[in-house]
Amino acid sequence: MVRLITHNLLACHAKGCTSNNFPLAFSNVQIEIREAEFNPEFLKNFIPKIEWKALVDTARQLGDTSLPLEQPEMIDDDFLKNLHHVLLETHVEEGVMTCPNCKHEYPISNGIPNMLLAEHEIG
Amino acid sequence: MSRPELQAPPEIYYGDTEAKKYTQNTRNQQIQADMTYRALELLSLPEDEPAFLLDIGCGSGLSGEILDEEGYMWAGVDIAPSMLEVALEREVEGDLFLQDIGQGFGFRPGSFDGAISISVLQWLLNAETSHPTSSPPHRLNRFFTTLHSALKNPSRAVFQFYPSSDDQIQLITSIAQKAGFGGGIVVDYPNSNKARKVFLCLFVGGGGGQQQVPKGLDGEEGEDSKARFENRRQKTTKDKNGKRKNVKVIDRDWILKKKELYRKRGKESVPRDSKFTGRKRRPVF
Repeated sequence: MVRLITHNLLACHAKGCTSNNFPLAFSNVQIEIREAEFNPEFLKNFIPKIEWKALVDTARQLGDTSLPLEQPEMIDDDFLKNLHHVLLETHVEEGVMTCPNCKHEYPISNGIPNMLLAEHEIG
Repeated sequence: MSRPELQAPPEIYYGDTEAKKYTQNTRNQQIQADMTYRALELLSLPEDEPAFLLDIGCGSGLSGEILDEEGYMWAGVDIAPSMLEVALEREVEGDLFLQDIGQGFGFRPGSFDGAISISVLQWLLNAETSHPTSSPPHRLNRFFTTLHSALKNPSRAVFQFYPSSDDQIQLITSIAQKAGFGGGIVVDYPNSNKARKVFLCLFVGGGGGQQQVPKGLDGEEGEDSKARFENRRQKTTKDKNGKRKNVKVIDRDWILKKKELYRKRGKESVPRDSKFTGRKRRPVF
């Protein structure tokens, strides 16, 4: 159940990995689309928190090209619907997330990413 | 029974069977729900603004379910895979992470509008190995500093937990303060053994003027809203050595019921009922 909304907030937290540790790169993913309730208010509130480039890149990598490369100034309903689909309805069920900096791998199984670190990786 | 956090680490204590038991127990459900509502009240999020919350130690999603009902988006972390599995079966809406909160979070700064945590912090107070990173102060420090940065400014985090001593409260609050949090402890029903609940209410940023630590609930326990204790429990008293012992209540009703039962089973020589049945006699000597 890793939705892209949480993926967009998630950086690597291994010891000493403090820069260039976002976004975690997906590989070998299985995606599931699950409908969710459309909530425009929530999305409008959430937009300032989004790292736009990371979101669009990830969405494209997962095969969704509905979002524009640049974050639009004008927010209309179509755009919100697309955003809703990408952020809240796209679930990654299986796969691996890799930190771009330290290459730590976080496996996802059954929709739950394993964020546990080994003893020497704890900051 | 000693406290669960003293018996085994959480990911082992909440194995498959314990996770199911915990989730299906209606008394647990009721208590968890009450505490979640109270925690949300203490969070005092701005109304009419759908918020994105972090549920720390979400377990099987008992608290998450309430967040769903209340219309919040949320993400949850827990260290017990069995509990998360139950959460998956229950189809909660939030995103789940298998994570040890004592290792810190990796969320980007300002990710969440608030955080709640029900009955979790006490699990951080035991060292599982002798490695320096598994000492309670180190884990608490890592937890609070990364949480502080993951919360937006201003916002709040509310933790319900079961401290076993004042020293533990002291340790936790001092580390939280070092990590940059303001706030303090809120105790509900401080004079009741059963209904007493300890909440740690932490603030990120002042947002102009100092944020006030909310007042704990007081007075008559609000009997009806709390989970009821079973009657059979209340009949236990303590003997001289302070150990619990069951006191059977043997009164007229009980005796008549027993006699009725024996007659139904066809037992012979059941004494007849009379007006003396079950009456208190004077001591013979």
